[in-house]
Amino acid sequence: MFVARSIAADHKDLIHDVSYDFHGRRMATCSSDQSVKVWDKSESGEWHCTASWKTHSGSVWRVTWAHPEFGQVLASCSFDRTAAVWEEIVGESNDKQRGQSHWIKRTTLVDSRTSVTDVKFAPKHMGLMLTTCSADGVVRVYEAPDVMNLSQWSLQHEISCKLNCSCISWNPSSSRAHPPMIAVGSDDSNVMYGGKVQIYEYNENTRSTLMTVTDAVHDIAFSPNLGRSFHVLAIATKDVRIFKLVPLRKESSSTGPTKFEVQIVAQFDNHNSQVWRVSWNITSTLLASSGDDGCVRLWKANYMDNWKCTGILKGDGSPVNGSSGQPGAMNTMVGSTAAPSAGWPDADPPSLVYIQYYTHPSTVHQHSVYIQYYTI
Amino acid sequence: MEEVDVEPTTTYSHDSNHVKVQSILLYNPLSLCVSSGGSAGGCPFVHEVRKDEDIYSPILRKLFNESHHIFVGLQRIREDLPSKNKKPQFVSISKNYRSVIRACMEELQQVAGIPSLSTLKGFISMMSHLSLWCKQNFNIFCTLFVVCDPLAGSLVLHLLDWVRLHKADVDEKAREVLASESPAEHQAYWDVVISYVLQGRMDEARQVLVKQAALQPAARVMFKLLDNLLMKMPIFNPGETQTLTEFDVKWRHWREEVDHCLQDQSFASNRHLEDICKILVGDEDVLLEYKELLSTWYHFLVTRLLFSHPTVKPTELHYYAQSSMHMFLDTRSVPEPLDSILLAAFEFDIHQVIKDCSIALNNWWFVGHLTDLLDHCKLLQSHNLHFGSNLREFLLLEYASGLFTHHSLWQLAVDYFDHCPEFGRVYLELQIERVPLDTERKALKVIRICEQRQMTEQVRSICKIMAKKALRNNRLGSALSWSIRAKDAAFATLISERFLQDYCAKGTFSDLDLIDNLGPAMLLSDRLTFLGKYREFHRLYGEKRFSDAAKLLLSLMTAKIAPHSFWMTLLTDALPLLEQKEVIFSADQTHELMFCLEELTSGKSVPTPDRPMQVLGYTPPYPLSNVCFPFNLLIHCFIICSNLYSCLARG
Repeated sequence: MFVARSIAADHKDLIHDVSYDFHGRRMATCSSDQSVKVWDKSESGEWHCTASWKTHSGSVWRVTWAHPEFGQVLASCSFDRTAAVWEEIVGESNDKQRGQSHWIKRTTLVDSRTSVTDVKFAPKHMGLMLTTCSADGVVRVYEAPDVMNLSQWSLQHEISCKLNCSCISWNPSSSRAHPPMIAVGSDDSNVMYGGKVQIYEYNENTRSTLMTVTDAVHDIAFSPNLGRSFHVLAIATKDVRIFKLVPLRKESSSTGPTKFEVQIVAQFDNHNSQVWRVSWNITSTLLASSGDDGCVRLWKANYMDNWKCTGILKGDGSPVNGSSGQPGAMNTMVGSTAAPSAGWPDADPPSLVYIQYYTHPSTVHQHSVYIQYYTI
Repeated sequence: MEEVDVEPTTTYSHDSNHVKVQSILLYNPLSLCVSSGGSAGGCPFVHEVRKDEDIYSPILRKLFNESHHIFVGLQRIREDLPSKNKKPQFVSISKNYRSVIRACMEELQQVAGIPSLSTLKGFISMMSHLSLWCKQNFNIFCTLFVVCDPLAGSLVLHLLDWVRLHKADVDEKAREVLASESPAEHQAYWDVVISYVLQGRMDEARQVLVKQAALQPAARVMFKLLDNLLMKMPIFNPGETQTLTEFDVKWRHWREEVDHCLQDQSFASNRHLEDICKILVGDEDVLLEYKELLSTWYHFLVTRLLFSHPTVKPTELHYYAQSSMHMFLDTRSVPEPLDSILLAAFEFDIHQVIKDCSIALNNWWFVGHLTDLLDHCKLLQSHNLHFGSNLREFLLLEYASGLFTHHSLWQLAVDYFDHCPEFGRVYLELQIERVPLDTERKALKVIRICEQRQMTEQVRSICKIMAKKALRNNRLGSALSWSIRAKDAAFATLISERFLQDYCAKGTFSDLDLIDNLGPAMLLSDRLTFLGKYREFHRLYGEKRFSDAAKLLLSLMTAKIAPHSFWMTLLTDALPLLEQKEVIFSADQTHELMFCLEELTSGKSVPTPDRPMQVLGYTPPYPLSNVCFPFNLLIHCFIICSNLYSCLARG
């Protein structure tokens, strides 16, 4: 059911990030070889590298696309302490004939004094805004006041997180019911330093810390909101965790920050090692995680919000066949571990979550924590 | 309910393969990107994993398309109709689903027969398995859940219908036998007769049996007796006034008669006839001897019910189903997924059926449509599944999301989303703005869908993306019309600016059609208004309506519509009007023109006239463009003054 295709990326060193554009027709990769490559999907579905250029003077950690409303724009961040914004220019006819496009640097953001570890565009309803975080624990929010002019960026906010930051995520929700939110993760491994995930409400400049995550956090991702009243956050730490942030009703007189009831929806240690990345699909029905075990795991909830593993891929993209190979395994049906292991990839992963069909929501391990808030 | 652990175990060994997964990215449910780097020196790879689209073969696509129509029809059945009126509609919907599935299956079988496709054999057999599955299941579920009324008696009839549908090969065999030279001696003769009896098709059985009777005049009495028994077998007919008790009495009476014949050993001389007689009394040992002809345990079940318990109630069904399965299947063989599903269906455990189907099938088509139908029949509630509508919505959302990833099926998904009250709209919003906008036509199609649903933000965003794209490709006209549609003033200003620049560089306007027909859209941005008005001036000039043109030109400056940077160009445009033989600018207008010139020169910097002067077909007697700018202005002054002079002279 699933086909894996390998693309020789031709990077001279480790690839740190891949990023699809909004429509899934373009892809950007970045690497320790200090370059970024852009890939375009042809009619036949093949990926072709249409641009490759040196972007930084150090490892490039992350690359990300702006919403296409702002044009073909990329942002990258690097060990060289800078982040950069790139725009594609429709090339000379020569370039076009060779199938190459031309990217020019619109700006270099040089405010950080240490390695810039993540860079993310804000949701498009906020305008053209860019957030960076750096190893010295500073989150910076930039804005391009004139969306037609990508070379002018002003630093809007500088937030000190006091812990070295590894990742940031904007809440994609455009609802007016709550202020914009940013979650910041820290990969500081000292558990004594407390919560490694901090959540900022953008306008009020307030923050809260998820005390439940004290281990190093490598990646963090808000899920698409789907118009729900609560927010869902996936975290890659020593395991995969999914949190639900339920805003508590504010007293009308209070002007303080929103308080959340934090529920852990799922926690999976199946990678049995550090988890490096988490990533949602468009409708947040599927979460993918990658770990040091060299596997990508796919997680899916059934309609009772019960999360389960629905597939495993090896690092090379091929599916893992578990304890299958016994033809009879499938026949033992519900109640055994056989169905998914034998089924993947021959059965559609979504079908596998159904084994959990009858489980009552109360069996989901759930605990609520009230967390401390303070204003900075 | 017991929690089931589904955690797949993995045999992956880390040491065997030094691949470190660096990062992942999930795009949609079916496409995933993984990058992995080898140890230093090794070439890193990006791996794209996506759902195999072969599942969307043309034949299945037809199935998806046609079932979509039925689905939409089902949603239109009005809620407030009394359930009595709705039932026939539900039955016909379920029949429509059935016929679509059957057509799809027939087509699959045809395709499978073409040898050139033998390489795809595995794939096709998988597909036909899938659809066979759908067909069988759909029928039985519809039969049990939708069609079947709670009246005992008619249940067996429905089950017989179902069995007949799936063991249709007996008709083929019968035709073959009857077409042969001596049917009675055909090797499949008795198989045909007994198959008919097993399916309760007594009239057909008797017709075939006549052939044998004719051949054995000596055994005529015996054949006549059996024929009589077959003919007299009472069949419950729910349409008649006959009550169940009356039928039961009648049936017991008939059965006694058959029993009597057996005890008399009336058929002892003919093994086949005796077997048929034993089947009629529901002798399980004899039935099991004909396992081959029954082929499945559920056929066995139905035959057993027909001859032993014709008035079985739906609630008792599962008891017979279970025992039939155990009797029929080898004690060693493990039940197939289908068996469990059918068993659950016979128990009327809808939830279990849907759950098992979800596991066994690799596609949401089946469970999605089935659940939807059951939900409409209010069957999910009646079975105490209070979350019924959520389940329906969950499955439909999954199915529709799958369709959405396919380049030609995504439009079908829209209707499914429309009929998911809770999350349908949000899903559609998220999915539809990701539809790749390859062509303007496709963009318009997407926009139409959004507009029908008042998704204004999505419409705006798509228009803006299209505008940006057109500008990148230097298609200014298209960019302008998209930004007008997006009501994006800033972008319209930018593009108007580009139009004016282009005009200054080339001396002509492109996309005249669009600019000439801006209408009220012109008011979107000041610059766009100026562009439209300036073009109007050109048109008036071209039509030799000089005084109108002059008036408009002047008002562009006096009303401050024209940007200052463009005034020099406008003044230059005034020159040919000033040099006409007749006086066009009145004295007052000429004064105003002079004020404009003054205002321009009083500014700090004198703007460069940034276009060739001969735009309006005006060739000055002196090489204007070579004259340095103060001189240039002087010339303007001179010409304007001379115009004023001639005005006054005539005045």
